Amino acid sequence: MNEIEAAIAWLNDPLNWSGKGGILALTGEHLVMTLQAVLLASVVALPLGVVLGHSRRAARLGTSTVVLTNVTRALPTFALLTIFASTGVGFGNTPTVYAAAIFALPVILANTYEGVRSVDADIRDAATGIGMSGPRVLLQVELPLALPLITSGLRTAVVQVIATIPLAALVGGGGLGIIITQGFGTQRYGQVLAGGVIVALLCLVVEGLLALGQRLLTPAPVRALQGS
Amino acid sequence: MPAPVSAPPGTVGQMTPEQPANPWLSWQYVQDNSDEILRYLGEHVTLTLQAIAIALVVAIPLAALAHAWPRLAGPLVATTGVLYTIPSLALFAVVYPFIRDRRTTVLLGLVLYALLLLVRNTLVGLRGVDPAVTDAARGLGYGRWRMLFTVELPNALPAVITGLRLASVSTVALVTVGVVIGYGGLGQLMFRGFTSGYHAQIMTATLLCLALGLTIDLVLYLVGRLVTPWSRAAVSAR
Repeated sequence: MNEIEAAIAWLNDPLNWSGKGGILALTGEHLVMTLQAVLLASVVALPLGVVLGHSRRAARLGTSTVVLTNVTRALPTFALLTIFASTGVGFGNTPTVYAAAIFALPVILANTYEGVRSVDADIRDAATGIGMSGPRVLLQVELPLALPLITSGLRTAVVQVIATIPLAALVGGGGLGIIITQGFGTQRYGQVLAGGVIVALLCLVVEGLLALGQRLLTPAPVRALQGS
Repeated sequence: MPAPVSAPPGTVGQMTPEQPANPWLSWQYVQDNSDEILRYLGEHVTLTLQAIAIALVVAIPLAALAHAWPRLAGPLVATTGVLYTIPSLALFAVVYPFIRDRRTTVLLGLVLYALLLLVRNTLVGLRGVDPAVTDAARGLGYGRWRMLFTVELPNALPAVITGLRLASVSTVALVTVGVVIGYGGLGQLMFRGFTSGYHAQIMTATLLCLALGLTIDLVLYLVGRLVTPWSRAAVSAR
């Protein structure tokens, strides 16, 4: 097919890889933006989720986080992106990072909350019974047991943000989306195809690496617990 | 900056904050542009409903098949997982050069993502059917297909409805990504509002998107209550 040849030709051109607007630089920019967005979301969502999940009294607040997650699902990322980009939030990549962070937040929050909350009540009782204080129960019992869910929330958030950031190219931001929008602008569909493949590959590779990392980092006993 | 004071008001800059009034909410805008807004809204609605309908028609048999032959279920779930990881934007970019039809490309992407959610939920629902119920049916002499259609699928209905609600809400949001190839329903309005710095246009389209998503969700919730009266009875009996 014509487009496939054009895409391969485009990918084979070393000029498209190096330099300021090259694939490598754009991928780097993409990943930096992703990291910023996820960090920003984590700083808010992780402590909040832990506190909500730990405290018995906050149970009602906790269910409202689930509602929040569902509402943000109905709000298109693109809408938030255009709103941020056309207000004083900033130029270029800043509005995108904020918008992506807002979308990553409920994912991390919901998983952290669910992870800490769903720790077996017997285990928690046993920990209190042997004289552990509240903070110690949290740090030494609840958090290690909640870790698999928390990390899978972070994983989902990272991949989701990587998938969202290409939209930034439409509203004046950077990242790998630029390859696609430029291709459409100049009607070079081989380039569009190549850009799509690069973004898709990046998502799959990062997802694979994170899954591997999660497996390696999960303590063996917890892994065995999950397996059973 | 030596900008000419008498610049024509029609010049569209990247950012023109000196515009006299640029409210986020403007009923005037909605009235003056109702034709256009309704056209994009219609585009958005038909695209969403069509995608959900096609996805539903494909997903249920697929999930039933995977349930009947469990050997099929593993690869099916794995494939859907990988496909779901691919961003919609990348999918549009990969598919459009071949199809060269904006609407079909967006529809294809929407169907695919809705399909993934629906297959997974239906499969979970089918697996979650109480073994005592299927045992009883088997004891009554139900065959595999009769069991599927009269026992398992009706019992999986709540899970299917949940999947349907999830899929339609995310489809409404996903349509806007079609802007990338110039066919994004209300997203098109948002994008135009962004390029011309017209706040009311962006906000109107955003609110309509939200309203559309929540309306469809509510309608499906009510439909779900209507078609599964037994689940309500079970809850109130408890």
